[in-house]
Amino acid sequence: MTKKPMTDSSNHLDKIKKSLSRRNRAEKRFRWYGRMAVFVGLAAVMVLFTDIISKGHGAFRITYVELQVTYDQDMIGVENLTDPAQLALGDWEALSKAALRNEFGDVSGRRDKRKLYGLISSGAGYDLKDRLLANPLLLGETENVWILADDDIDTYYKSWLDGEPYAARMSAKQIQWIDELHAQGKIRLQFNSNLFTRGDSREPEQAGIRGAVMGSLLVLILTLMLSFPIGVSAAIYLEEFAPRNRWTDFIEVNINNLAAVPSIIFGLLGLAIFINFFHVPRSVPIVGGLVLTLMTLPTIIITSRAAIKSVPPSIREAAMGMGASKSQVVLHHVLPLSLPGMLTGAIIGMAQALGESAPLLMIGMVAFIVDIPAGFSDPATVLPVQIFLWADSPERAFIEKTSAAIMVLLSFLIVMNTVAVWLRKRLERRW
Amino acid sequence: MQATNILILILGLGAFAFFLGRGRSLALAKPLGGIRKLHSLPSYYGLHAALWCALPSLVLLFLWIMFDDPLINSIVVESVAADIAPTDTASYNLLINKIANLADGILPRKGESAALIAAADHMSSLRVISRWALTALLLTISLLGLLWGWSRISASFRARPVVEKVMQNILLACACLAIFTTLGIVLSVMFESIQFFRSVPIFDFVFGLEWSPQTAIREDQVGSSGSFGAVPLFVGTLLVSAVAMFVAVPVGLMSAIYLAEYASKSVRTYAKPALEILAGIPTVVYGFFAALTVAPFLRDLGASFGLSVSSESALAAGGVMGVMIIPFISSLADDVITAVPQSMRDGSLAMGATQSETVRRVIIPAALPGIVGGVMLAISRAIGETMIVVMAAGMAAKLTANPLESVTTVTVQIVTLLTGDQEFDSPKTLAAFALGLMLFTVTLLLNIFALHIVKKYREQYD
Repeated sequence: MTKKPMTDSSNHLDKIKKSLSRRNRAEKRFRWYGRMAVFVGLAAVMVLFTDIISKGHGAFRITYVELQVTYDQDMIGVENLTDPAQLALGDWEALSKAALRNEFGDVSGRRDKRKLYGLISSGAGYDLKDRLLANPLLLGETENVWILADDDIDTYYKSWLDGEPYAARMSAKQIQWIDELHAQGKIRLQFNSNLFTRGDSREPEQAGIRGAVMGSLLVLILTLMLSFPIGVSAAIYLEEFAPRNRWTDFIEVNINNLAAVPSIIFGLLGLAIFINFFHVPRSVPIVGGLVLTLMTLPTIIITSRAAIKSVPPSIREAAMGMGASKSQVVLHHVLPLSLPGMLTGAIIGMAQALGESAPLLMIGMVAFIVDIPAGFSDPATVLPVQIFLWADSPERAFIEKTSAAIMVLLSFLIVMNTVAVWLRKRLERRW
Repeated sequence: MQATNILILILGLGAFAFFLGRGRSLALAKPLGGIRKLHSLPSYYGLHAALWCALPSLVLLFLWIMFDDPLINSIVVESVAADIAPTDTASYNLLINKIANLADGILPRKGESAALIAAADHMSSLRVISRWALTALLLTISLLGLLWGWSRISASFRARPVVEKVMQNILLACACLAIFTTLGIVLSVMFESIQFFRSVPIFDFVFGLEWSPQTAIREDQVGSSGSFGAVPLFVGTLLVSAVAMFVAVPVGLMSAIYLAEYASKSVRTYAKPALEILAGIPTVVYGFFAALTVAPFLRDLGASFGLSVSSESALAAGGVMGVMIIPFISSLADDVITAVPQSMRDGSLAMGATQSETVRRVIIPAALPGIVGGVMLAISRAIGETMIVVMAAGMAAKLTANPLESVTTVTVQIVTLLTGDQEFDSPKTLAAFALGLMLFTVTLLLNIFALHIVKKYREQYD
C-alpha cells in the first residue's frame, strides 16, 4: 500500500464532512416518508370506520308516532278473526288511516290526506293486524299505539333532532304536523328491532337484515362442513403421504394459483357448472356454499399445511419408533397437534367467505328476497350482498341502513378474527 | 325417499357395520388368546366392514343424483305429444321447467293442456320410481358390502393395510379437487367463450374499439347491432388498476420498510395488525365507501378547483382499491425485506452508510425480485377486484386515459351482463364468459410469473 499525501486525505475528510449534513437530512426525510406511509394506512382505517359509524349509528333507532287506534270491525271488513281468507282481504290500513284523521281533524282534500297518510309506514296496518291477532279482545276497543313512521319522516325527524333538518322530501304541512306531534310528546325514537327481526323490504323503515344474516349462516355452515374436512385431508395428503413427483407438484401449483384467482371467476364456474350443468336451483344456499367452498379451499389447505409443517419430526419419529404405521402417526399424533393451527386457518377462511359477494352475484343470490330462509334449499341472500343491494337503492334512508348492516358485518368479522387470534395464542405450542 | 334420508340411512348402516365387524373380530380373538393374535386392531376390522358397506353406496348415490334429473327429463320430453314437442334448446328448457313446476305443484294445473298434464304426471311417476329404485339398489349394495366385509374377517386377515390404502386414496381425491376446480374453471369459461367466438370473431373482440353489448329484440331495431370490442374495458381496467397501484405501492412499500427497519418493537406490534385490518374488510364495504364518501368528496373537491370530476370517476374507485391493497403489498414486502440476511445490513452500515442509504442501495436491490413479485400479485388482485368497481365505477365503456372520467372495467361488465335473468346462449351472456376467459388468462399468467419470482427469491436466501 502506498500512503497518500496528508493534504489529499484532509481534503477528502472535508468533502465527507460537508456531505454528511446532506446525507443526514436525506436520512431524516426518508424516515418521515416511512412515518407518513404508516400514518396514511392507519388514517385510512380511522376514516373508514368513522365514516361508517357516523353514517350508520342512527339506524339502530327509528321514529315511532303515537296514535289512538280504534279496532273497528266494520272498518276492517272482517267478521271472523280466525278465518285466514278474510284476514288476508281485510282493509288493515283503514285502521291507521282513521287514527291519523282522528289525530289531525282539520285535514281535507285528497293531496293533504295523502301527505297525512304518508306520515306512517305503509306496512303499519299489518303491524296493527298482528297486534289484534295476538290479543283478539282488542276488537272494538280503542288504545294508544306507537306506530312505525315512514322513512322520510324518520330521516327528517332524526336530522331535525340533530339540529340540521333535511326536509327535501317533506311538505310544509308534514313539517307542521311533526312539530305538533313533537310538542305533544307523541313522536319519539325507539330501538329499531325491525332491523334485526325482519327480512328485506322495499320500504326502508321495514327492511331488516335477519334474512341476510340467516342466509349467510346457512351458506357458511355448508362451506365449513365441506371445505374444512376436504381441505384438511388434502393438506395431510400433500404434507405426509404425497410422493415427490410431477403430479404432486402439479397439485401444488394448482392450489397456489387458485388462491390468487379473482373471486368472480369462481362465480362464473358456479354458474356454468352447478347451475347450467347440474341444474342446482339458483339463489339457494347450496350453490352459494359450493362456490364458496371451492373458493376457500386453497386458503384452508395452505394454512393447514403450515400447521402440519410446524409439528416437529421428532414426534413422528417417536411414534414410528413405537411401531405405529404411517397412518397411525398422522391420525394419532400429527393431526391432534396441528388442529389448533388448522382451526385458526378455517376461521380465517370462513371470515373471508362471510365477506365475499362477487361470486354470489353470479349465481343469483342477489335477488330481492323478503322471506327469511329456513333451509339450504330456500332462496336466500347473504349479508354482503344485502349491503350491495341497499347501497344501490335510491331512498336516502337506505344509506343509514346500509351503514348499519356494514357495522353488523364488520362486528361479525372482528369477532371471528379475534377468536382466531385468541385460539392461536392459547393453543399454539412452541417446540 | 329424500336423498338426505338415504344418506343418513347409509351412514347409519356404515356405523352398524363398524360395530358388527369389530364385534366379530373380538369374538374371533377370544378363543385364540386375545387381540394380540389378530393381524390388526379390532377397530380396523370394523372400519374395513364399514367401508365396504358405505363407500360403494355413497359413490352410487352421488352419481345417481347427478344424472337422474337429465335422464328423467329426456325420457319425459321424448314421450310428450308431438304438438308441444320442443324444437330448439330454448323451448326445450322452457318446456322442462313448465313440466317440472307442474309436477311439483308450483304451477296450478287448471287451464293447462292435457298433454302437459300427462307429461307432468309421467315425470312425477318416473321420479317416484327413480327414488325407490335408488333406495332398493343402495340398500342391497350396502348389505352385500356389509356381508362381504364381515365374512372376510379372520385372525390372519390384514385389515389395517387395506383400510389405510383406502384412506390414503380418499385423501388423494381431496387433494385432486384443486385440479378439478382449475379444470372446471378452464372448461366452463372456454366452452362458453368458443360459442361466443362463433358469433363474434375473436379479432373483433380483442381489438375492437367499441363496446355496447345490446342484442336486438326486433330485426330492424336502431343501434341494435351489439358491438363487442373489449379494448375500452381493458383500458378502463388498466386505468383503475394503475390508480390503485399508484396509491398502494409507495404507501405499502414505505410502511413495510419503516416497520421492518426503523420502528421500535412496540410500534411494530400495534401498527402492523392495525394495517392488517384493511385487508380483512370486505370489498363491498370499500365499494360503499368509494361510492358514497370518496366519489362525492372528489367531485366537490374538483368542482372547487374548477375541474369536472365524474361522480363515478376512476380516481375514486382506484384510490379506494389502492387503500385495500396497501396491507397486501406491505405484508409481502415485509416478508422479503426481513428475509434479507442481517450480514448485508451490517456490511453496509459498517462501511459508513446511513440507514436509509442501506435500505435504498442494499436492501431494496437485494429484495427487488420479491418486491416485484409482490407487486405483480397485487396487480392481478386489482384487475380481478369486482365489488369496488361495480359500486363506484361507471357502466358506460369510454376509451379514455383521464382518471377523472368514468370508465368501466372487465369485472363490472361481467357482473352487469350476468345478473338478472337472461337467456343463457345469447351473445350478451356469452360475452361475459369471454371476458372471464381474458381475466382468468391474464391473472393466471401474472400469478404464475409472480409466484415463480418469489419462489426463486426465497431459494436464494434460504
